[in-house]
Parts: sequence; C-alpha cells; structure tokens
Amino acid sequence: MILGLVAICAPLGDSCLSRGMTRLPTISHDHPATLIAAVFTPWIATGIALLIGFFASYLTALSWADLTFVLPATAFGNVIVALLSRFWLHEPISLERWAGILLITLGVSFVAQGPSLTERPGIAAFGVESSKLEQQSAANETESAVEVVEEQVR
Amino acid sequence: MNFASQAAHVNPWSAATMIACVVLCSTAGEVLTAAAMKSLGDLDEIRARAGIKGAIRAVLTCPLFFAGVSFLALAFFSLLFALNHLNLSLVAPASASLTLVTNAVAGKILLKENVDRRRWTAAVLVCIGVYFLAH
Repeated sequence: MILGLVAICAPLGDSCLSRGMTRLPTISHDHPATLIAAVFTPWIATGIALLIGFFASYLTALSWADLTFVLPATAFGNVIVALLSRFWLHEPISLERWAGILLITLGVSFVAQGPSLTERPGIAAFGVESSKLEQQSAANETESAVEVVEEQVR
Repeated sequence: MNFASQAAHVNPWSAATMIACVVLCSTAGEVLTAAAMKSLGDLDEIRARAGIKGAIRAVLTCPLFFAGVSFLALAFFSLLFALNHLNLSLVAPASASLTLVTNAVAGKILLKENVDRRRWTAAVLVCIGVYFLAH
C-alpha cells in the first residue's frame, strides 16, 4: 500500500502542479511574489499536498525496504500516468511508449518477486554471540583440563 | 536565437557534465536519505510507539536526513540549470534512467544491499522503459 501511494502520489502531484501552472498567466522575473500567490490556487495546493504525501510514504518505505527495491518498484507510477493519459485524457500513445510500459511492468514484476530488505545478521549481536561461545568453550576446556590434572594427582 | 537552437548549440561535453551533476546529486541524496531511514528503523513501529509527532521528530532530528535532503535540493537546482540549457526530451529520460543504475551501484557499494541478478535485471529493464516512455 505504501509503495502504491509512492507510485501514485508523485505523478498525480506533478500533474496537478503542471495543470495549475499552465492555467496561470505567465509569471515574469519582475514579479516573483506572484509565485507565492500561486501556491494558494486549488490545483497547486492539491499538487503540493500530494507531493508531501509522496515524500512521507517514500520515507516510510525506505525505513523497511532497500533503496534498490523501492526505486524500481515505484517506477510503476510512470505506467499509471501513461495509462491515465491514454484512457482518461484520450491522448495517443506511440508504439515506443507501449514498449516502455511493458519493460517497466516486467522490471517491477522481477523486483517484486524478491525480498524487499537485505537480511544481515547484526554485527554486534553476532560478535556478542561468538565471544560468548568462545568464553564457553574456553571454560569447558579449563574444566576438563582441571579434571585431568585432578585425576592424575589421585 | 530561440530556445531550441540554443539547446542544440550546447557542447556535448557540457551537456554530459550537466546531466552527470543531476545524476550524481540525485544518487547522493537518495543514498543518504535511505541510510538515514535505515538508521532510524521502521517508521510504522516508531509511529505506533511514539505517535505521528514522535515519528516526525525522529526524522527531523537525524543529521543524515538533512544531508540527503540537501543533495536532493541540489539535484533539483542542477536539473533546473540543465533544463535552462538543454531540451527536456534529453534531460528528463537521461537523468531518470541513469539515476536508477547509479542508485543500484551505490546501494550495493555504500549501503551494502544485496543487489542480486533479479534487482540488476529490474533496474536495467526499468531504466530502458523510462527512457522509451519519456523520450
């Protein structure tokens, strides 16, 4: 679900920003304050809210999954945008773009079959365990050596 | 001189340098942000334990997170600079595709992630797919 939010929020947010900015009159360098006013228009405010949602979901995903898992998996957003533009906005999609959609879908299905996080034994935990084992084996050796000496003495 | 002809007259080495800046800054930002999140642990667990404010505080008090966001901001401004000199049809697919590959390399070397054959294949397929889609 989190990966789905990352994949959907980013392209939708970008689309809202693009739509909002194209509806505004041209902003000149002489009046940069109009950019601040643009933030409060509905389309751009929605776009910013969606991009904040994207970043929060992206950070959450990175906290439990590898970067090399999250990035290809969330690239599916590009496919969602292309399909939305085809079936919602009725834009034509060239053969090259269909090939791109197919390749991304294949890539996402490849990465989704594998584990999301690299399993690594904690170095500290492993170190503690191994040192405990060493201490235990050393204690056993000492005990057996003492027993041998005691038997020899008897 | 219009924008298209201005973009066409950029030296190929300058174009490659601009795209490389975008890709490197973006990769550094992604890797640092990922390292920051890994150092914090599962955000869902933190949210369950300390609430949404606790989760936000944990993220905002992590220095690695700010380093990552700084590089991501740098990548954004590098992208704006590149778009000022080059065509969008070159910059967008090239930077998006190359960033996937450099992230896979950086994830393996710097984050010690297990980038197996499956993840390499996925990165390359998505990279070519994004290029086709955005070209």
